Amino acid sequence: MSLTLFLVQSLNGLQFGVLLFLIAAGLTLVFGVMDFINLAHGVQYMVGAYLAAWFTAMTGNFFFGLMLALPTALLFGLALEALVFRHLYGRDHLDQVLATFGIILFLNEAVKVAWGAAPLSVPIPDALSGSVRLMDGLLYPVWRLVVIGSGFAVAVLLAVLVSRTRIGMLVRAGAANAPMVSALGVDIGRLFMIVFGFGAMLAGFAGAMVAPILSVEPGMGDNLLILTFVVIVIGGIGSIRGAFAAALLVGLVDTLGRSFGPQLLRMMLDPSAASQTGRALAPMLIYILMAAILFFRPAGLFPAQR
Amino acid sequence: MIAAVRENRPFNAREIAFAILIACLALVPLLAKAGAESYIIDLVMRMMIFAIAALSLDLILGFGAMVSFGHAAFIGIGAYAVGILSSHGVEEFSLQLIAALVASALFALVTGALSLRTKGVYFIMITLAFSQMIFFFAVSLSAYGGDDGLTLPGRSRLLGAPLFASNSGMYYAVLVALIGCFLLLRAVVASRFGRVLRGAKENAVRMEAIGFSAFRYQLAAYVISGMMASLAGALLANQTGFVSPAYMSWQRSGELLAMTIFGGVGTLAGPIFGALAFLLLEEWLAGVTQHWKMIFGPILVLVVLFARGGVMGVAARLTGARHG
Repeated sequence: MSLTLFLVQSLNGLQFGVLLFLIAAGLTLVFGVMDFINLAHGVQYMVGAYLAAWFTAMTGNFFFGLMLALPTALLFGLALEALVFRHLYGRDHLDQVLATFGIILFLNEAVKVAWGAAPLSVPIPDALSGSVRLMDGLLYPVWRLVVIGSGFAVAVLLAVLVSRTRIGMLVRAGAANAPMVSALGVDIGRLFMIVFGFGAMLAGFAGAMVAPILSVEPGMGDNLLILTFVVIVIGGIGSIRGAFAAALLVGLVDTLGRSFGPQLLRMMLDPSAASQTGRALAPMLIYILMAAILFFRPAGLFPAQR
Repeated sequence: MIAAVRENRPFNAREIAFAILIACLALVPLLAKAGAESYIIDLVMRMMIFAIAALSLDLILGFGAMVSFGHAAFIGIGAYAVGILSSHGVEEFSLQLIAALVASALFALVTGALSLRTKGVYFIMITLAFSQMIFFFAVSLSAYGGDDGLTLPGRSRLLGAPLFASNSGMYYAVLVALIGCFLLLRAVVASRFGRVLRGAKENAVRMEAIGFSAFRYQLAAYVISGMMASLAGALLANQTGFVSPAYMSWQRSGELLAMTIFGGVGTLAGPIFGALAFLLLEEWLAGVTQHWKMIFGPILVLVVLFARGGVMGVAARLTGARHG
C-alpha cells in the first residue's frame, strides 16, 4: 500500500463524497422542512447531467452548457413541485414513496425517448483537462480537483446561506419544527418551494459536474439516490452539517474500502480467501457503517434540534 | 376501532371479492387452453407469487406501520435457498422450503431486532441497508453465479412427486399457497396477537402502559412476514428456473411497496389485488409500447393523487361502503 496510491484514492473518495453532498443537501432540507420523502431526487441529478450534455453539445462549450443547465434544472424542479409534490404535503410517507417512484419510472424512460438509450459523453473542457502534479509521482486529473473544489465552495456558500440569512433562518426553523414556523405566519409552502427548487438545482449541478467523468445514461441516479439517503440518515435528517460530514465519510469509506479492503484482509487471511471476502465486504461496508451508526445513535450523527 | 369490528365479521365485501377472485384464478388454466396457454399460466402464476409477497409486506406495513424498504431481500433468500440446494442435487421442495424459512426467519430476527430500535424514516433506511448487504453478498457469491445469477437444473419435486414439472401442477400449488397465506394472515390479524400489533401501530406507548411489549409483537410480525416473503421467493425461483441478485435489488423492494400501496394497505385483499393489477397493467402496457414506463409512472402518480387508499379504497367508494 504505497502512500501515493493512498492519497489518490483519498482524493477520489473526497470527490465522491462531495458529489454525494451536493445531492444530499437538497434532499435533507426537503426531508427536514416538509417531512417529504422524495425518491425522485436521484432522477433530478440525472436530468442535470443530461441537460449539461445537451446544452454543451448545442453550444460547443461546457461552461455555456452549465450556465444554461442550472436554471433549466431549477425550472424543472419547480415544475415538478407545482405539478405533483405540492399536492402530497402532509400525506402519508407511503403515498409519497409511490408517487415519487412513479416519477422515477417516467423520467428514466423519458430521457431514453428524448436522447436515446446509449450513454452520452461530455468532453472535459480543454482548459481543465489533463493532470496536475501534486507531489512526486502523484498526478491527479484537474477536472476531479475542480469537482472537489466546487463542492467545497457550494458547502461554504450553503453554510453561510443557512446560518446567516433570513431565509436560512426560516429553513433551519422549518427543519426543527415546521408547524411552529407556519403558526408564526411564515408561508411554509413557499419556503418549501424555494428549498425544493434550490435542491433540484444542486442535484442538477452535481449531475452536470460529473457528466465529463461518468457516462450520462438512463437510471444513473438510481443507485446514487440510495447512497444519498444513507448519507442523510447517517448525518441526521434536516442537518446540512450532518449531510456534509456523512457524505465525506461515506465517500471515503466506500472508495478506500474497495481499494484497500482486500489488502488489509490479506494480512489476516490467505490471498484467495482475502480477495473473495474483500470483494464481498467492500460494497457492504457503507451499509454496515450505517447500521452501526443507527444502532448507537438512532437519530444520526448530528440530529436537527427538536 | 370500527375497522377492527368490521374485520371480525364472518364475511365482508372484501372477502367475497377475494373468494370470487380465487374462483377465477382456479379456472385460469382451464380457460387458458383456449389461448396462448403457457404464456397465460406463467403470467398469472407470477402475479400470484408476487401477491404472496405483497401480502407478507402488508402484515408489517398495514397492520404494524413498519415500512420495510428491504422486503425483496426475503424473496432473494427464498430463491437462493432453492437455487443453492438444487445446484447441489437437493431437488425436494419441502427441504428447500424449510431451508428458506429457517434462513429468512434468522435473518428477520437479527435485522428486525436491530431495525426496530429506530422509528419512521430511519426504520425505512435501516431495512434498506440490511437488504443491500444481502444483495451485495449475493453478488459476491461467485460459486453460485455471482452477478450473473444461477440457472436451476430443473423444477423442484414435491414429496418426491414431479408436481412442479407440469405448468398447471405448479400453478395450483401456487394458488394453494396464496390461499393458505391469506387465511393464515386473516387469522393472525384477527387474533389477540393481531390486536396488540394494531394497537402498537396506533399508539406504542399506550400498549406498553397496559403491559404489552410492543417490540416483541412487532418483531414476531416482522419474522412471520419475512418467512412468507421467502416462500414467495422459493416459488418464484421454481417458476422462472433462475435465481439472481436482481431479485433483491432495492428497486424490487420499491415495486413491492408500490404493489401493496396500489392495492390498499391494511386490507388483506388489497395487496393481492394490487399485485395482480400492477403486473397486469405492466404486462399490458409493455405490449402496447416499448416505452410503457412513461405511461405506467404517471398512472402511479395519478393513483396517489386521486385514488386514495388504492384499488381497495376506490372499490369501497364505488360500492358506497362507509369508511371507518
